[in-house]
Parts: sequence; C-alpha cells; structure tokens
Amino acid sequence: MIVKPGIVAALLGMALAACAFPAGAASNIEIKAGFIRVPHTQETLSILDIPAADDGIAGARLAAEDNNTTGGFLGQSFAIEDVPLKPGDDPVAALNDLAARGIFFVLADVPAVSLLALADAAKDKGVLLFNTSAPEDSLREENCRANVFHVAPSYSMLADGLAQYLVWKQWKRWLLIKGSHPQDELYAEALRHAAKKFGAKIADERIYEDTGGGRRSDSGSVQTQRLIPAATQNAPAYDVLVAADESEVFANYLPYRTWDPRPVAGSAGLVPMSWDGTHEQWGAIQLQNRFMKFASRRMNARDNNAWVAMRMIGEAATRTGANDPKVIREYMTGPDFAIAAFKGQKQTLRHWNQQLRQPILLGDGRMIVSVSPQEGFLHQTSELDTLGFDEPETKCKLK
Amino acid sequence: MNISGKLGMGGLGTCAAVLPALAFLMTAPAAAFTAYVSNEKGNSISIIDTDKLEVVKTVPVGHRPRGIVLSKDGSELYICAGDDDLIQILDTKKLAVVGTLPSGPDPELLILSPDGKLLYLSNENDNMVTAIDVASRKAVAEIPVGVEPEGMGLSPDGKVLVNTSETTNMAHLIDTQTRKIFANVLVDARPRAAQYTPDGLELWVTSEVGGTVSVIDAANPKVKQKISFEIPGLSKEAIQPVGLRFAPDGKRAFVALGPANRVAIIDTMTKKVEKYLLVGQRVWQLAFTPDAKYLYTTNGVSNDVSVIDVASLKVVKSIPVGSFPWGVVIAPQ
Repeated sequence: MIVKPGIVAALLGMALAACAFPAGAASNIEIKAGFIRVPHTQETLSILDIPAADDGIAGARLAAEDNNTTGGFLGQSFAIEDVPLKPGDDPVAALNDLAARGIFFVLADVPAVSLLALADAAKDKGVLLFNTSAPEDSLREENCRANVFHVAPSYSMLADGLAQYLVWKQWKRWLLIKGSHPQDELYAEALRHAAKKFGAKIADERIYEDTGGGRRSDSGSVQTQRLIPAATQNAPAYDVLVAADESEVFANYLPYRTWDPRPVAGSAGLVPMSWDGTHEQWGAIQLQNRFMKFASRRMNARDNNAWVAMRMIGEAATRTGANDPKVIREYMTGPDFAIAAFKGQKQTLRHWNQQLRQPILLGDGRMIVSVSPQEGFLHQTSELDTLGFDEPETKCKLK
Repeated sequence: MNISGKLGMGGLGTCAAVLPALAFLMTAPAAAFTAYVSNEKGNSISIIDTDKLEVVKTVPVGHRPRGIVLSKDGSELYICAGDDDLIQILDTKKLAVVGTLPSGPDPELLILSPDGKLLYLSNENDNMVTAIDVASRKAVAEIPVGVEPEGMGLSPDGKVLVNTSETTNMAHLIDTQTRKIFANVLVDARPRAAQYTPDGLELWVTSEVGGTVSVIDAANPKVKQKISFEIPGLSKEAIQPVGLRFAPDGKRAFVALGPANRVAIIDTMTKKVEKYLLVGQRVWQLAFTPDAKYLYTTNGVSNDVSVIDVASLKVVKSIPVGSFPWGVVIAPQ
C-alpha cells in the first residue's frame, strides 16, 4: 500500500470525522486485489505502442491510491498485488494462491481462454474477476459467467461505436481488410455486424496474410510503400477502409498508402477505444495528469480499464462499508451502482452480462475525433446500449 | 434494441431563449449591474452591462479561467487561472490584471470569507483546499481533502467551509476556526456545487454523474433527502446537475443541468421541481443580479449566457460571450 504524507495527515484529521460519518461506513477494513497479467506483445508496428513494464497495472495502482485518499476518511485501505505470468505459467494456480491468502478480488489482463479458466476455477472460491482487456464477445455472450465483470468494452461495442460515426459521416461503403489470425476474424465479424446494424455496406473484403517476420527494420518504409498500394488496388468504389488487425501485422501501414485516397479506420487511423492518452474532456485531464505524475507515461486503454476496475471495487466498498465479495457483488449488480470515469456520463453495468456500459472514444492517437454513441441513435433505456449486443439479443445466461 | 433515425434537439436552446427577449426589452429598464463571465477556452473575461444586455468589453486573462469571485468592495475580481497555477487579480475599474495570488496547482473554484479577508480555493490536482490571506497575498493554510476537490461553499455565518471532491464523492465539512474537517458526507457520483440555504439549515450538493442533488442537514451532517430529475425525451445520463444557487429569499433553488441544457427550478420547502427552463448548451454556473430579479447562466457549448427573469420564470435573452463560458459573478455597479 502506498500512503502519502498528506493522507496520513488526513487520517489524523479524520479521527473526529469517523464519528460524524453517516451509517454505511465501517472502520479499518482492508481490501486487497490481485492483478493477474500476461504481458502483451512487444512486437508492435509503431514504437509508440510498445507496452511498458507496468502496462495495465499502473492504472490499478493509481486507483488504489485514489481509493486510499477516500478510504482515509472512512478507515478503509486498498492494495494491489501484482501477479505477472511468464510463458507457460498456469493462471489458475496463480488464482488459487491468491484465494488461499484471502484475496477475493482479482483483476485479469489475460487472453480470453485464460479468463474463462480463471472464472471457472474462481466459482467455488467466491472470487470476483474483473476483465480489464479481453474484448471477445463470446465472454459476454455464450460463455458469460456470474463472477466476471467486464470493464473492457467488447469487439461489438467498439465496432458499433465506430460504425455510428462512419454512418453519421455518410461514409457507408467500406472496404474491409482483415488479418489472417483467428482474433482478426472476431473483430472483422463485429465490424460486419455493425455495418449491417447501422446501414453501412461492405463493398469488398480482403485478407492480409501474416507472412511472419519482425516489426523492426532500418528500411521498413521502403517496402511498405509498395506493398500496401498493391494490397488495396482494384477495389470497388468505397468511402473508407476498415481494418481488422488484432495482431499488429499491417493496419498501421495502411494510412496514406492505400491505392485510392481514402481514410482508414478500425485497427489504425480512426480507432475505436475505451481510452487514450489524448482524451481530456469531462475532467479526464485530471486523471491524465495524475497518471502522468504517477507512472511517468501516458495512460492507455488497458491502464484505464484497470483504474476503472479498481475504482469500481473502491466505490462499492465505500458505499457498503464492506470488503466481503458477496456484499460487493450484490451492490455492483444492484440498481444504485454507477461509476464516474471521465467519459461524460455515468457508467453502469448491464445486468444481463455484467458488461460496463460506456461511451467509445474515436481517435487517431493524436486527438480524440469523436465520442460514440452519436447523437440521434436512440434507445429506450440507455443510449449506451446502442453499442454492442443488447438485452433482447443476448445469449448470456449468468451462472 | 430500438434504434431509430435522427433527432435534432441540439440547437433549440438558444432559439427558444431569444423569442421573449423583445417583450423584456420594452418593459424592463433594470438597474445596470456588471456581470463577469470567465471563458474557459477563450482565456478571457467577458464584461456584460446588464442594462444593455450585451458584452461591453472582453479582457484577456490567464490560461483556462474558470472559478471567479469579487472582492467584498467589488474593486477586484479574483480569477482561477487553472493552467497557470495561480489566481489573477483583475482591477474592475481599470479592467486589467494588476497582480496574482499564490494558489497551489490547478486552482478551479474559490470562495471569499464573509469578512472578505480570506479566499478559500480548491486545488484540483493535489487534493487540497488552500486558504489565502487577501491582504498579505499569502497562503495561510492547506487542508487535505478527497480526490479532485471541486465545489466550495460557506455557511451563512462563515463558520463552516464545504468542499466537494469529485472522485471521492464526498462533501467535506471544515471548521473555519480550526481548519480541520469535522464531517464527511458521502453523496452521489462526481459532486460539484455545495451551497447552504440562506437560513443556514440545509446544505445542498449537486452530483454531476449521479444526476441528483443531496440535501444535507446542516446541524447533523447527514443526507436527509435526494432530489432527482426527469425530463421527457432525455436519457438519465444526460441530466448532470452542476451549478446551484438559492434565490436570496430562500424560496427557490436553481440548478444547472449541464448537457440537459436546462435549469431546474426547485421549491426549497417541498423539494419538488416546479419547472425546467431551456437555456443554452451545457449549462454550468449561475449568478443572480444583486436585485435578485434576473439569473444569468453560462452555457459552455453554445458560447452564450442565458438571462432568466426570476418573477416570470422565463428565459428572456441569450447573450453571446467568449469561447466555453464557465464562471459568472455579478457586481452591483
């Protein structure tokens, strides 16, 4: 646990306050969360995207510090335990170890298959899992679990957020290029679904084969300048190229190199995302400044998801005065739960699959261009539910 | 899923606001006051003559001006220049910046003690409330509060200072004698404004993300009631209470609802919303004219100020100001 001198002063000043504090507050509870993570690839097309050693977990640590400032007024303290996995390590063993030591809140930055294994292993142990990175829709649909909260948006939420903007721009004819990995097909399928949902058309669809090789070279741009026009020529008339490249193989090579002069969106160009280092509206600059001071780098989407997850735990603990995962889960899934996360409106959980409702940012890494849902896309309960699979179409049965 | 086509609610605010303006101009030669409006992105203060209902001068100031407050004699306007990490002093006669006060990092909002001697301000970036002695221009106290301190309020007798913290979601009640917190009251998400009723019996706190106003018993600091809002055709998420002012007679509260583009008028006794008035877009802060006949609202997205006639509860004018208007105060002259 990190305690600043200011917090200690606050704690002392608060001795009186604890008496005046209304019901619901408990005193001297500790809430420890584990953070199980598999490091993300260092093989990124842009060197700006190479993840830092504390990728993701830095967000959770900052949130624990924020929670501790609040907790100082209530006698609650929060801490994070880092569990980085090396290749070949069993995530379930890591979870069992945490549970054995009485840690019942676990943030997970792991691939979908590992998350599912964790969820099933956690079931009998009363552990709550927070998915801070896996975007697979299957985790929220046919493979949903009652002990998993999805903080990261799904592929369908990202694709719908992008599609709403492209349709609003009247860029309705898309050239879809997807990579050759299974993960690319998952994103591509979400984009196809989004096109259909919001009235765009896939004019043509192509596959960009991953032929292997590294990302770094001293003369990379010479070849790419010739490869990409060739890969995008002879396309039917289209307004925007939409790329699904979840494996850092080609998408960032597309902008400015397409055969036809067209904007790029999806995995490069205009990217739908839950957070970016350039987002500053709705008070986000305050969180960005705090994170910069804390981690000496900009906050990315995985850092932010981890921050939100830890704040959700903090919020529920503050409101209930409890650290019992049963009480926390009940509060989070109840009608009063909402989290303020600097995206212009309250974020709540979809009760049918425990996905955090949230606006989707659209940016190019330099600026936030727009934020979805776009104006005019209406919904009977929450406009945020125009993003991703909605309740009537869900395949999720929580258990 | 229920997704239909287009809806264009966006620009209604300003159009609706202008229509009754003619009638107003013919009937109401009000006393001339001076309204000061801080323009968050314009890096300027718009000076409005409330008789002419127009901007008579725009004064360039520091970076990201938000909270503003007048000195007790009205000769100086204190401006939180957030991105410059200081408070600027604007001479209201010369209309020029004549000095600065130390503020700590990223000052956002401030309030003057009833005797005019101390300025209390919230430092958004370092979880502190700072007290500044105006005469010596020195910081005399720092009080640790929650994450992202924001709204500042004072009890009518000046004995209790209230600060809201946006991420901690509390109103911190501070004894101005000891400068220590004596109560923390948990309210809904992202609390913004904190105001005592003129009789000092209740403390009202707006929650921007929670969408509510918490009514706190001043004597026994607990939330005794929450006021929520419903506007047909608007989603719950769009209703974001921010600025709050009580009419000086204490009978009505006026609450700015942010991107709902409306000001809610609440009966202070019954806590019921009497009316919603359509104003400009993303309405932030509110200020009464000294005669309490008019209420000015800053509208952050439509770059204007709406003028509400308090007797008829109608919007009578919208006045274009600088870029992203935020704070507003009105001086007697």
